[in-house]
Amino acid sequence: MSTRTRYTYYPGCTSETTAIEFGRSTEIVCEALGLELNELDDWNCCGASSAHSLDHELALSLPGRNVAIAQEAGLDIVIPCPACYQHCRDADIKMREDEAWREKMERLLKFRYEGEARPRHLLEVMSRDLDEDVLGEKITKPLEGLKVVSYYGCVLVRPPELTGWDDPEHPMTMDRLMAVLGAEIVDWSYKVDCCGASMTLSRGEIVKVLSTKIVEGAIDAGADCIVSACGMCEINLDTRQAAERDVPIFYFTELMALAMGLPQVDKWLGKHSVDPRPLLRERGLL
Amino acid sequence: MALGDATLAVKADVAFSDVVKEESGEDIRSCYYCQKCTAGCPTAYMMDYKPAQLLRMIQLGQREKVLASRAIWMCVGCEACGTRCPNEIRLAPVMDVLRQMALEEEHKPDTAVYSLHRAFLDSIRMWGRMHEVTMLAEFKSRCLLTEYPVFFQGLIGDIKMASDLVLNGKLSFVPDRIKRMDEIKALYREAAEVSSREEETEVSR
Repeated sequence: MSTRTRYTYYPGCTSETTAIEFGRSTEIVCEALGLELNELDDWNCCGASSAHSLDHELALSLPGRNVAIAQEAGLDIVIPCPACYQHCRDADIKMREDEAWREKMERLLKFRYEGEARPRHLLEVMSRDLDEDVLGEKITKPLEGLKVVSYYGCVLVRPPELTGWDDPEHPMTMDRLMAVLGAEIVDWSYKVDCCGASMTLSRGEIVKVLSTKIVEGAIDAGADCIVSACGMCEINLDTRQAAERDVPIFYFTELMALAMGLPQVDKWLGKHSVDPRPLLRERGLL
Repeated sequence: MALGDATLAVKADVAFSDVVKEESGEDIRSCYYCQKCTAGCPTAYMMDYKPAQLLRMIQLGQREKVLASRAIWMCVGCEACGTRCPNEIRLAPVMDVLRQMALEEEHKPDTAVYSLHRAFLDSIRMWGRMHEVTMLAEFKSRCLLTEYPVFFQGLIGDIKMASDLVLNGKLSFVPDRIKRMDEIKALYREAAEVSSREEETEVSR
């Protein structure tokens, strides 16, 4: 296992609310794998889609404050939400490269930028810092017979120069993780299509169209369920889908917890709009 | 798709594409209209001008039409266009710049999209974090007061979603306020000052 097993943890605003399954499963899976997460002190919202839509300055300064607080510990910042991740990454790059901006932020927030604390997405941490064998040993209940499609969505993989995944059009990172868990990975055409993201409240009808198309794509490919790495994608697909049948949507960390046989899974599995438990019972996984 | 309406010239602002480039860092002049952006855009069907048309309109200095368009409010920022552009033009930051210019020049935004972003930023100003319940209340009130039919837009789907969330215990009714709110206030104050300074420079130009 790599030596970098201690991290600063940025949970994001939805980890206790609409994405509580993501928050809870992230925490227990990391604990079981020996990845120590230290929650960032007094963290604030990254500004999400709203800051960059209306105010360029806030789009960099709000996540900038989180990066600022993380400087003292100097550990990599693990972020489960792709949008939070992207905004924190933007803010870090801006402070790294723009001296005038960095000095302004240091003056406003009274800190010193060291550049050691790098914002990283949780999936990337799981795939790079964790040895497949280490994870393999922890798997006590392989997800045999569960057909999954991996759904990456948009800002997790795009823009590629910022996010740095294996392939922005056909990423395989989550698929490979699912294969380690013993699930049957199913290929499909909607891996990186957008679910409508932040429009879920303002333009729900658009999100319904886009989410339904993605869910139909999963059904056509023969999948039992969709795996996501984003709180926004999950809630959009889970609550807005209107396809011929309901398809359960999981966070990748939930399936990790399930395959690792962690007892706490009961605490959140029933919180999805499309209840995944009947499927899991049918496959003998619950 | 033909350029159609997009090329009907009103008075051209020849400096427009330079201004957009300066603000967004994206060189719109390099677009040769292959339309990959339009083809891959998930919300193009809601746009009055498609992404490639908007780029051409910027090249042609159609400032007023671009800033008054519905398209700039329908972009979800999924970055598919920028990732696939052969000339590496990222449209998402361009759209951000266009929305901010449109607001400064008092063009009417899409009420729902704008109200949501406003309520979201107010939520952070108030609590340091986004709090769903109070944010939603402000969003819906803003819609009702600005353009009341928008309040009813998608309401049934929203009620279904909200009731699912409440039933599953996923909404907290008490906001979680961070400790050092003075720092958040300082960031908002600074942002307001920067944008008023920018407006002054714009006027003196």
